[in-house]
Amino acid sequence: MLIDFFSAVGDVLSSESTYINGALFAALLAFAATGEWVAERSGTLNISVEGMLLSGAFAGILGYHISDSIVVGLVFGVIGGLLIAAVQAEMSHRLTADQFVVGLTLNILVFGLVGFLDREIEPQALRASEVEVPVLVDIPLFGKALFGEPWPFYLLYGLVPLSWWLVYRTRWGLELRAAGENPQSADVSGIDVNRRRRQSIYYAGFTSGLGGAYFLFARIAAFDDSVIGGQGFIAIAAVIFGGWTLWGTMAGCVLFAGALSFQLSLQGLGYELNTELLQALPYLVTIGAMAIFAKRVRPPAALARPFIRGLK
Amino acid sequence: MTRGARLAEWVVLYALSVAVALALASVIVEATGGDWWPVVEALVDGSIMAPGRWGGTLGIAAPLLLVALGTVISSKAGLINIGQEGQLLIGAAVAVYFSFLIGGPGPLNVVVLLLFGALGGAAWASISGLLRYWRGVPEVLSTLLLVFVALQAVGYGLKWQWLLLADEASRGNRNLVSEQLAKDNRIPRPDVFGNEFPITVYVALALALAVAYVLARTVWGFRLRMLGHNPRAAQRAGVSSTTYGATALAIGGAFAGLAGAAMFAGGGFSFGNYRLVPGFSDNIGWTGLLVALLARERALPAVVAAFVFAGLRNGAGFVNSTGVQSRITDVVQGLLVLALLVPPAVVFLRDRRRARAAATERV
Repeated sequence: MLIDFFSAVGDVLSSESTYINGALFAALLAFAATGEWVAERSGTLNISVEGMLLSGAFAGILGYHISDSIVVGLVFGVIGGLLIAAVQAEMSHRLTADQFVVGLTLNILVFGLVGFLDREIEPQALRASEVEVPVLVDIPLFGKALFGEPWPFYLLYGLVPLSWWLVYRTRWGLELRAAGENPQSADVSGIDVNRRRRQSIYYAGFTSGLGGAYFLFARIAAFDDSVIGGQGFIAIAAVIFGGWTLWGTMAGCVLFAGALSFQLSLQGLGYELNTELLQALPYLVTIGAMAIFAKRVRPPAALARPFIRGLK
Repeated sequence: MTRGARLAEWVVLYALSVAVALALASVIVEATGGDWWPVVEALVDGSIMAPGRWGGTLGIAAPLLLVALGTVISSKAGLINIGQEGQLLIGAAVAVYFSFLIGGPGPLNVVVLLLFGALGGAAWASISGLLRYWRGVPEVLSTLLLVFVALQAVGYGLKWQWLLLADEASRGNRNLVSEQLAKDNRIPRPDVFGNEFPITVYVALALALAVAYVLARTVWGFRLRMLGHNPRAAQRAGVSSTTYGATALAIGGAFAGLAGAAMFAGGGFSFGNYRLVPGFSDNIGWTGLLVALLARERALPAVVAAFVFAGLRNGAGFVNSTGVQSRITDVVQGLLVLALLVPPAVVFLRDRRRARAAATERV
């Protein structure tokens, strides 16, 4: 019995489909977590990332439904994400409404709205075609998972380094990080703190909207309101797990997606793992990591604290 | 500006933004070929007008209010607790476990149940307190993450008979349900003018008054508010942020857990029909958090906000019969909350601008 189990684990670890599945989820998380990371560095705990993903996914399939073009679908996805970002950013960092009220409400609102519209419109789409990078795709095990994916996947290879460069190597990024660490000082030195925060939320909307649309075209090409199913919250966990560094965040995405894919593959072979434990794993690991490394890794000092000039 | 003008301005602003929200919702319904007015009628009927409905609304409002009161307390101490959904669910699960373990005659069992509900919620919230004051982990992150752990933990408990799962005889062919609470162990739901609601409604109202009083008029409440306004000054004045903060978090969790236990023992058909089921918390924790934040962290306005949210939720049941999907109520609720956020923000920003203009003039 135990030997059977270990041979099944071996099968799962040596099958390409585990890695392909893992890459699918990891990419979704990475799209969302990249933007979320930027938003958190500027001081917003952007809870509406779940809504942004869902909105992007629905807008994406709507775009395809209208135009029969995946490019248009992705553009629609971005717009869908940006719409949610606009409400979140303008309400919490221009109108000084509480960011959690806005975020939670947006999640409920998007969930209701896409569920409502989905049944009224019933849009359909096709999977995006796969593009294989020559040579690299022949790497055993994870070659196909990394270099034989539906083409929107490769946007990630540009997006993640771009985000790193924006945040660490531009003036804009420096100001953004200042807004997240010490808004009072940033304000005194002439940075429009809330403007930087709004921009970073828009950036999160952009990447998450794209990610939501990618997920639909890469995977199922059909929509239902549970398609995102809490992945946005896992993306938030990944940012925290990564200690607010981009590479740590990406590591979190890969780890959490890997665990999910591992569990799904094992289930396919008829082994019932403790699914609850595996589902809770991203959150438990993140809490554990925070508790252990809390003295060395710390969040942006002004995370989740609104900035209003003259008020502490 | 005179007091009257100020009040009129508030009324106009609120009316305007609510009107805009409802107009947006109506556009969505009409654009997809539905009729808007029947939806509104159904919402009003389903929440208060139709016979027996306002009792149901009160029954939903009670746990919302309890959750919100806990949130008010923890946020007065300057803490951001957003994990009520998990605290509520754990509270309910702990209450169920100990209620069936201990047994005992009717009213006593109800007390045991509520007590362990509060303890369970408090314990779950205290994990965040511990992480915050021992390891420096921000409570906003740990409370959020623990929600998802709680959902899975209770799901796990419902799989095992030695934890929460009912034995085969009583669960029939259903999986993942707890034992049903015996009739004489339930919270009474007396009939008032043809409306039936659990007496926890009165308890929640009394607690709202108590929380408002404690925060405004006692030394403990004063110290808590001091901690929230200026932690450094509070520390100098001898308010230990660890003691007071951890206590406030635990109390917040206790309220959420109490709400969970009350939903189980007195919720009736609105909440699992006296059984713990997967998804039992059903967003009451999240919505209760919204209630508290919308009431701007004050206990008495939370009473009104809880009733409004409960009304929307209860009214949703009637919407389906109009041919428009009931999912639209999520949209209406979301738009309404966003609309209610606008007036205070607008007034706040304008007052500041005026004050600044006045200050520069004087110079």
